[in-house]
Amino acid sequence: MKRVLEGSHAAAEAVRLARVKVISAFPITPQTHIVEKLSEFCSNGSMDAKFIKVESEHSALAAVIGSQSTGVRSFTATSSQGLALMHELLHWTSGARLPVVMVEVNRALAPGWNIWTDQTDSLSQRDTGWIQLYCETGQEVLDTTLMAYKLAEAVFLPVMVVLDAFFLSHTYEPVDVPEQESADKFLPDFEPAFSLDIRNAYTLNQLATPDVYMEMRYDMHLAMEDAKNRMADIENEFSKIFGRKYLPVEPFRCDDAETVFVTSGTITSTCRQLVNDLRKKGERVGLLKIKMFRPFPVKEVCNCLKNIKQVAVIDRNFSFGAGGIFAQEVRAALYGFINPAPCVMGFVCGLGGRDVTIETLTTIYKKAKNREAGQMESVWIDLKK
Amino acid sequence: MLEIRFHGRGGQGTVVASVLMANAFFYAKYCVQSFPLFGVERRGAPVEAYLRIDKKDIFIRTNVYTPDHLVVMDRTLLDSIDVTKGLKKNGIILINSNEPVESELFSNFKTAYVDATGIAIKNKLGTRTHPILNTAMLGGLTKVLNLCSMNDVKRAIKKEVPEFVDNNIKAAMEASHQVKFVNS
Repeated sequence: MKRVLEGSHAAAEAVRLARVKVISAFPITPQTHIVEKLSEFCSNGSMDAKFIKVESEHSALAAVIGSQSTGVRSFTATSSQGLALMHELLHWTSGARLPVVMVEVNRALAPGWNIWTDQTDSLSQRDTGWIQLYCETGQEVLDTTLMAYKLAEAVFLPVMVVLDAFFLSHTYEPVDVPEQESADKFLPDFEPAFSLDIRNAYTLNQLATPDVYMEMRYDMHLAMEDAKNRMADIENEFSKIFGRKYLPVEPFRCDDAETVFVTSGTITSTCRQLVNDLRKKGERVGLLKIKMFRPFPVKEVCNCLKNIKQVAVIDRNFSFGAGGIFAQEVRAALYGFINPAPCVMGFVCGLGGRDVTIETLTTIYKKAKNREAGQMESVWIDLKK
Repeated sequence: MLEIRFHGRGGQGTVVASVLMANAFFYAKYCVQSFPLFGVERRGAPVEAYLRIDKKDIFIRTNVYTPDHLVVMDRTLLDSIDVTKGLKKNGIILINSNEPVESELFSNFKTAYVDATGIAIKNKLGTRTHPILNTAMLGGLTKVLNLCSMNDVKRAIKKEVPEFVDNNIKAAMEASHQVKFVNS
């Protein structure tokens, strides 16, 4: 049934519906409401789960690695500095092939100390072997978190469900919360391929010599590639039960478009409004939302952008010395596949929670349409003089 | 689309007021979106929260800069901030006060007032020094906007308010009867 729900609570409801057995987390704004709600569920009996309090995010992920290794569905959530502190164990989770799910609320990295949204925290973990799925609405957060368990458990890789601080985590909007029965139908109990058991003791994650390490990594690569196909199947199954579908990339009004925005997260919503407004004025404009960042949906991005003249990639993140991170990925995807490639321009905006308004996006549209930005640089928008 | 901005001080229930109102409009079949402006909140510091309502899907996800209407939970805010910033012409300002509030700032707008503090204290919501005003303000807002019913507000209070539900409903009802427009 639909009800007005905060984005953070949509994540918590999904974790409840997934019948997660172990939760371990350390509070950090703007993620705190997720684990507060989960601890409430644990204490009032809505969830039959163990909530492990810890002294740091590093310990939170360590606890979850432990519980997931015993074959128990586990969850954690964090933001920003907390995610950075988990870095070592992010690699460990994927290397140990543990299907952990984490909800990551994007928050800028310090200093300057800043609690607001910015994608650089999650994107700087792009090489840790975690699947990354970016969300636009509260409904998408709930649905994606449920699907994340199914995906993680299908390919034995961890999944990070990512959402914007405040613009999504603290926004109340109507969200359809499924009944437990249909959630169970979609996501049955987890059946681990391996699990630690004190009655039948053995050791996991021993020394891996040059003789075997490379094949272990190759298996992770294959699993990551497989995740694309598995996600398509999972989305089909989800849509049969719940009637909703998202896709790794979603083209919006791209037919006959000449200029296309590439967006992720909540900027997508505001951009939909602008695209609708511009279409009414006869502008040939569309947008491509990227939901799946790892594995990167190269084929889908190429398909959607092959006949587009100008592509304006919006990055609420930055890689110093390189540029906006989505822009790099889009360029790398197109190179060699699409000839001639569209003109790809990268725009950086909204860092540290600065609002990305219709005016911000209109400025970007004008620059992109008139090709006023170079293809080798990132153009910073709304900078103060 | 209508955009409503709530001004209050930390601890008065301003954010919850916008969430309750979102619920009431949701029951009245509106699309809704409610969120706080996040600063570093402290008890007593000025806080803002926003509410968007529309009969169509709401796509825009930015802060609210040009609200249609305002709710001011604390009249002492008028001395420290320009609450009318960006307010659209003919917008309604609902202010918590036991008497009409005169201000040059309000000349382009319609002003209404309700004694939410008095109503909250009478219904034992919060304490005498820190009354919780949000449900009284909602009753007043519902009456002056006339877009959803007091039944929708009652349902919203029952869903979101964890305790003293009856007193909160009474406060909302009383405020809806007492709220008055300032003659202009």
